[in-house]
Amino acid sequence: MQRPSIIRSVEPRWVKPTLFVVTGLFLAVLVLLPLAVVIIEGLRKGWQAYWSAVSDPMTLAAIRLTFLAAAVAVPLNTLFGLAAAWTITKFDFRGRTLLLTLIDLPFSVSPVIAGLVYVLLFGLQGVLGPWLQAHDLQIIFATPGIILATIFVTFPFVARELIPVMQAQGTEQEEAARVLGASGWTTFFKVTLPNIKWGLFYGVILCNARAMGEFGAVSVVSGHIRGQTNTLPLHVEILFNEYNFAASFAVASLLTLLALLSLILRSYVEWRGEQETKSATKGTV
Amino acid sequence: MSLLLKRKSILPGFGLGLAYTSFYLGLVILLPLAALFWRSHTLGAAEIWNVVTAPRVLASYRISFGCSLVAAAVNIVFGLPLAWVLARYKFPGRRLVDAALDLPIALPTAVAGITLTALFAPNGWLGAPLESLGIHVAYTPLGITVALVFIGLPFVVRTVLPVLEELDAEYEEAAACLGATWWQTITRVVWPEVRGASITGFTLAFARSVGEYGSVVFIAGNMPMKTEITPLLIITKLEEYDYAGATALGASSLIISFIFLLGINQLQRHYELKRGAH
Repeated sequence: MQRPSIIRSVEPRWVKPTLFVVTGLFLAVLVLLPLAVVIIEGLRKGWQAYWSAVSDPMTLAAIRLTFLAAAVAVPLNTLFGLAAAWTITKFDFRGRTLLLTLIDLPFSVSPVIAGLVYVLLFGLQGVLGPWLQAHDLQIIFATPGIILATIFVTFPFVARELIPVMQAQGTEQEEAARVLGASGWTTFFKVTLPNIKWGLFYGVILCNARAMGEFGAVSVVSGHIRGQTNTLPLHVEILFNEYNFAASFAVASLLTLLALLSLILRSYVEWRGEQETKSATKGTV
Repeated sequence: MSLLLKRKSILPGFGLGLAYTSFYLGLVILLPLAALFWRSHTLGAAEIWNVVTAPRVLASYRISFGCSLVAAAVNIVFGLPLAWVLARYKFPGRRLVDAALDLPIALPTAVAGITLTALFAPNGWLGAPLESLGIHVAYTPLGITVALVFIGLPFVVRTVLPVLEELDAEYEEAAACLGATWWQTITRVVWPEVRGASITGFTLAFARSVGEYGSVVFIAGNMPMKTEITPLLIITKLEEYDYAGATALGASSLIISFIFLLGINQLQRHYELKRGAH
């Protein structure tokens, strides 16, 4: 994609340095400085304080809950993503565009509203509230609510990644497999899955990063009960609002690490995908 | 279910796939959203009107929509050159910059919120020098805008970058060969091609910003009438057990952002058609 272009010859001399300085400054303020702040503020009171904030029982409980919510939400949304992408890209049917639009819906709904709808549905004043209370079930201000809110906000991620990838691949390979006698599942596992594995992986990484970092939706349904319904991002908020900044940034550094790990994995996946496309095109030429 | 198919296929799994997709979508997304509208339906028009036109609510709309518009515009101004640099120049660390651009998406919003607050607080690294110039960032609408610029940036760059990468440098070369100046090439050859993508990026950034909560609440200061965003007001109403108010506010802001998105989608389609015409 990159090639020297003749436009360079008409490009005034000030353009390139100006572009680099402006975009460099913009990125420094928006990316580098925030990362530096997390590290420096987190370690302000020394390693001892950092460690005690990170290994605090309340922090550990928050880590457990965050992992639990992601462990439920990500597989469910991955399964949905596969089913939705298969249906939408391999078949031409009435209502296809509508389905596509509806899948994108959670992207344009505020996380706060996502939390709100579950409170209206399952809360004490909610539609199903009295029934739930009669059966001694609690969803809002409890773990199920947190999981549901996480599912809502991470709903489109895997499907959104897979749909363009599977659309580009068409249906010929699968049809060939079927004609040669492969069963539906064999076709999916032996033909489709190897083709989409990098896109799938990419979607799962994004989905997981958002699931572990979600704040607004979870905040509405959580009730902020320490040690019980507190996820990592909510724990960061509580510590920050108590003016316990060092501890807050220490816990935030864990989430930052997670974000950086996701970005590294993402770049790796993208790079592997490019390599495979390159070798595939070489093979056919 | 196969009645819905427009074209017969030898591939299996349509019925199962569609059934599962619709079931899960309905259960997780549509049913809860329906509850929101059902609840607001039982309120009555007068009550809803009273809630959504209360001065404090109107002020929160002004702040939420105003700051989001400004932030999305800032992201266009900086995002387009950034995408251009990534698409047209080779430089060491390009892959790193490319990956770093997604930090605002990967970083949990609460972390972004406390970090930007620490950075722009009156005693922060950037806040202190700005303060001495008389510019207050944290706890003002400007602070809200800064947070929204942060979270909106990837939406603009990620939408425009693929278009620029696919846009053949040949067009620019042809323009240059025909004697166009650099500025003419940019405004008459490149801009018409990326205009549609820019509008899409603007829309995505704006839509995300209007509903954004985590990165904004810390830096906003949350003073009613001054720096209170609509999502926070919804939470405040819920905490006061004002379910009717929260419902009316939630439903109305959902409708406003849908109308806005629809309008901008139309605009974008208009430009896409124009682009396809030549």
